Amino acid sequence: MERRVYMDHAATTYTKKEVLEEMLPFFTEKYGNPSSVHSFGREARKAVDLARERTAKAFNASTDEIYFTGGGSEADNWAIKGIALANRQRGNHIITTSIEHHAVLHTCQYLEKMGFEVTYLPVDQYGLVDPEDVKRAITDRTILISVMFANNEIGTIQPVKEIGRIAREHGIYFHTDAVQAVGHLPIDVKDMNIDLLSLSAHKFYGPKGVGALYIKKGVKIHPFMHGGAQERNRRAGTENLPGIVGLGKAIELAHENLEESSRKLTAMRDRLISGIMERIDSVRLNGHPVKRLPGNVNLSFEYIEGESLLLSLDMKGIAASSGSACTSGSLDPSHVLLAIGLPHEIAHGSLRLTLGDDNTDEDVDYVLEVLPEIVQRLRNMSPLFAQDKGEKHYV
Amino acid sequence: MYSEKVMDHFMNPRNVGEIENPDGVGQVGNAKCGDIMKIYLKIKDNVIVDIKFKTFGCGAAIATSSMATELVKGKTIDEALALTNKAVADALDGLPPIKMHCSVLAEEAIKAAIEDYKSKQLASSK
Repeated sequence: MERRVYMDHAATTYTKKEVLEEMLPFFTEKYGNPSSVHSFGREARKAVDLARERTAKAFNASTDEIYFTGGGSEADNWAIKGIALANRQRGNHIITTSIEHHAVLHTCQYLEKMGFEVTYLPVDQYGLVDPEDVKRAITDRTILISVMFANNEIGTIQPVKEIGRIAREHGIYFHTDAVQAVGHLPIDVKDMNIDLLSLSAHKFYGPKGVGALYIKKGVKIHPFMHGGAQERNRRAGTENLPGIVGLGKAIELAHENLEESSRKLTAMRDRLISGIMERIDSVRLNGHPVKRLPGNVNLSFEYIEGESLLLSLDMKGIAASSGSACTSGSLDPSHVLLAIGLPHEIAHGSLRLTLGDDNTDEDVDYVLEVLPEIVQRLRNMSPLFAQDKGEKHYV
Repeated sequence: MYSEKVMDHFMNPRNVGEIENPDGVGQVGNAKCGDIMKIYLKIKDNVIVDIKFKTFGCGAAIATSSMATELVKGKTIDEALALTNKAVADALDGLPPIKMHCSVLAEEAIKAAIEDYKSKQLASSK
């Protein structure tokens, strides 16, 4: 078997051994329903409570502000629809950005059909939202501001604290989709004035299919799932017990190791970026050079298309992803790459490599060894490269 | 998602390159959509004696270019003009539905190159 290198941690991570070990008894031995009064139920309840404590502690929330969900998309849907429906008499205007995850964008588009008005703020060339733009977009009908903590494609970290302050000053709820940030960046919901925050366990070495929504005490929001009294009457359905246990363990581990992991990933990230730029011409770094997630590398290679790059890397055992239209099934390349001003043809040639705790310096070396040949092979096949050989028209 | 044949033609494409002083050149697609195919022809006595391509695009775009050139090499112009996108896709053991447009592009690129050859013939015979 040839070398396999996983550099798609923003898509999903493996579940860490310590996390899985803590989950396993909750399938076969401690399988009680947390709502049951008997000892089986109490055992399960205790485990959910512990997970809630660990989650709350990770970003300075209280335990009664954490609501477990079926993942990050559910948390985003709940935050936005729940606030919109509960605060309709106050207003019908929502402010978000053009680079949000589809879980936020498509939810906002749905609400537009229901009579809400949504402002999609632009971003600069690095993918940064200008807090002044947020301020200017506020009207007396604005009920919610939703800005992601860090972008999933280009890794740009937003000025969340400033936006939170603006929201607080205007008495508007502030939601942040922190799916890519939790477990990777320090977060303090009190200091940053965050009212609602979405997270997903499988982005920080927990299991898939479980996430959480932080809802600050006193926030007026409708429940998303109606039914039983689980999650303080706000999210019905028997708890995903092993998943919640796994989320709790994973978030605790991630925040214990945050500084060390961040230091290691940032060093690998920067070596990967500079190594690629040294070895290959006509490459552009997408996103901010410094205000960026520790593990995120996003580059555009001129003259070639992203999917053929991904396939070639895959043949060499390297798992990556792309903002190319051809990988998504739509004709347009990534909305994020277009929002930072990339022309279509450049956006088509983008590659995202996202590093994680299992990556080593040897993995970085391997990518640096393999990638230049692949890019050269594809460029030699490209009619665009032949036409402009020698002249660089894009910086 | 791709058949073994598509992957073979993607990793080891046949007839990649350019022809100096070609008898016909056809280019279709545009960079904005993420696909460009350029075909070069050498034609003798109405037969395609040599054919080369250059393609900017996804795996299917490269594989269909390669397969289309294979299918028409050594054929007469009329035989080449009868090439359909379906024949290209079938020869590759099929394409995912969202990639069928790549086979259309390959068919169009071959036809554009032949049209270019014909119009040059017409111009020189005048």
